[in-house]
Amino acid sequence: MKETAYWSWFIIAGIVMFVLLGLHMAVMHLTGFLQLFNPAGGEAIAWENVVYRGRNMFFTVTYIILLGAALYHGFYGLRTILFELGLKGQAERSLTVLLWIVGIILFCIGTYAAIAARSLQTVL
Amino acid sequence: MAKSKQYDNHLGILGWLGGGRWGVERYLYIIHRVAGLGILTFFMLHIFESSIRILGPESWNAAMETLKTPVFKFGEFLVFVGFAFHALNGIRLILIEWGLAVGKAEEPVYPYRSSLNTQRPLMVIMMVLAAILMAAGGYNIFLLG
Amino acid sequence: MEKDTEKKYQIAVYVRRFDPERDEVPRQQRYDLTVVQGMTVLDGLHEIKQNQDPTLAFRFSCRMGVCGSCAMLINGKPALACNTQILDVTQSALTVAPLPNFNIIRDLVPDLVPMFGVHKGMQPYIKRSDAKEMEEPTGEFFQSAHELEEYLQFTYCIKCGICMAACPTMATDREYLGPMPLAQAYRYNADTRDDGAKDRKEIVTRNHGVFSCHYAGECSNACPKGVDPARAIQLMKKDLVRDYFKLGGARKCAQVHKLPDTIERKEKIAAPAYTVER
Repeated sequence: MKETAYWSWFIIAGIVMFVLLGLHMAVMHLTGFLQLFNPAGGEAIAWENVVYRGRNMFFTVTYIILLGAALYHGFYGLRTILFELGLKGQAERSLTVLLWIVGIILFCIGTYAAIAARSLQTVL
Repeated sequence: MAKSKQYDNHLGILGWLGGGRWGVERYLYIIHRVAGLGILTFFMLHIFESSIRILGPESWNAAMETLKTPVFKFGEFLVFVGFAFHALNGIRLILIEWGLAVGKAEEPVYPYRSSLNTQRPLMVIMMVLAAILMAAGGYNIFLLG
Repeated sequence: MEKDTEKKYQIAVYVRRFDPERDEVPRQQRYDLTVVQGMTVLDGLHEIKQNQDPTLAFRFSCRMGVCGSCAMLINGKPALACNTQILDVTQSALTVAPLPNFNIIRDLVPDLVPMFGVHKGMQPYIKRSDAKEMEEPTGEFFQSAHELEEYLQFTYCIKCGICMAACPTMATDREYLGPMPLAQAYRYNADTRDDGAKDRKEIVTRNHGVFSCHYAGECSNACPKGVDPARAIQLMKKDLVRDYFKLGGARKCAQVHKLPDTIERKEKIAAPAYTVER
């Protein structure tokens, strides 16, 4: 039953990412077609645009959800691939714990950055 | 009966790649896997790279200058291509693995039609969409960005 | 003009051979074979064994694609040797090798025992909670034709191991249950007469179980009987997701369909004695 839970949430994380990462990619890489959430115009990585998105509550929440979903989806996928290389018993359990720890550390770093970015200033 | 020596004939990791005579879905399977691992690698770096913003505009702009070199531009394109493929093929796989795109059990009558035939239109649609998205991203990254 | 049916082709047959007493790794041996139209790979192997090399070992039984003994890798594709015409595959060179993803016992004979062991672990039989009814039946289990179609396709499996040889997950993962046992588990889960789905789901949802299938689709491509194991596995995942999110829609177990009282039952026929000691 545990594997069913892991797998079901892996799929749901995938669907969440399809929506949110689709939006992220459209904002960042389709600037020539759409000017979504880039008030200063031009490049999506220009400082004014980055600060605008960083201070926006919608983007803060989105970044954190996306971070969690992507880490879970990616690490579950990595775990599946490593398991299929023929790991056994104890090695599998250790790997699962290791991936949980690394994932939670990365999640904390990313969440801290997303929250800290709320206080950024446009004016230098 | 004494057990005689046997030769282990498992294909190993080369069996993932298959090749030559296998069906289209087999190739999508291995590309999906490689693209996923590539995106995961990028993503872990991306968490740190985009966290540079909290150090202020100078550090941010300096980091972004590095990312405008041709090598990183190409890397950006690779990530975009990987994303476009993995996302659209992933939607196909979700529909399949939830049993929504494989059809119902049917009487096998020669020449056999399998669930692969049932899902093939979906596969074609998804791959065409992925190709359009890749082209749009490439145009944007190389010609406009 | 020569008629097609009489035309003779000279074909080089490369057979991957392994003798456990002499070889450390398999070697390839070449035989030259005269082939006429209609000759199957199995016919060719018989021809070689009869006229050229009596030491060649391969497994076969029915010669008509029913028993599933003669599965082998023919020109890089797993197939039944009795079901494959030589001239359909090649006009010049034919490569025959034992099924991959199994151990080789000798020459073209793979060791299928691990696969049968996993299959047995799937409890591939009708399982009911009412044991008394199974021993002393009072009637029949009612099953509509529509309910039969839910699993009929998967009953055509002949356990030849071709899907296991084609599966990319099987190539590295020895613990993986494999397409055949998983499809057979679904065959019984989908049978309305059966009541043991819970036990089977317990087994297939472990690591290296049903979630190690990523729909590369090779098992369904290769299956010589049109069983479509990949479909069975995806339908099983559908059931599991439905169970996990409690979406309902699980099927009801078939009830005993009692005969009218006016009908007289015949005496039960005694089972024949066992042919081997138990």
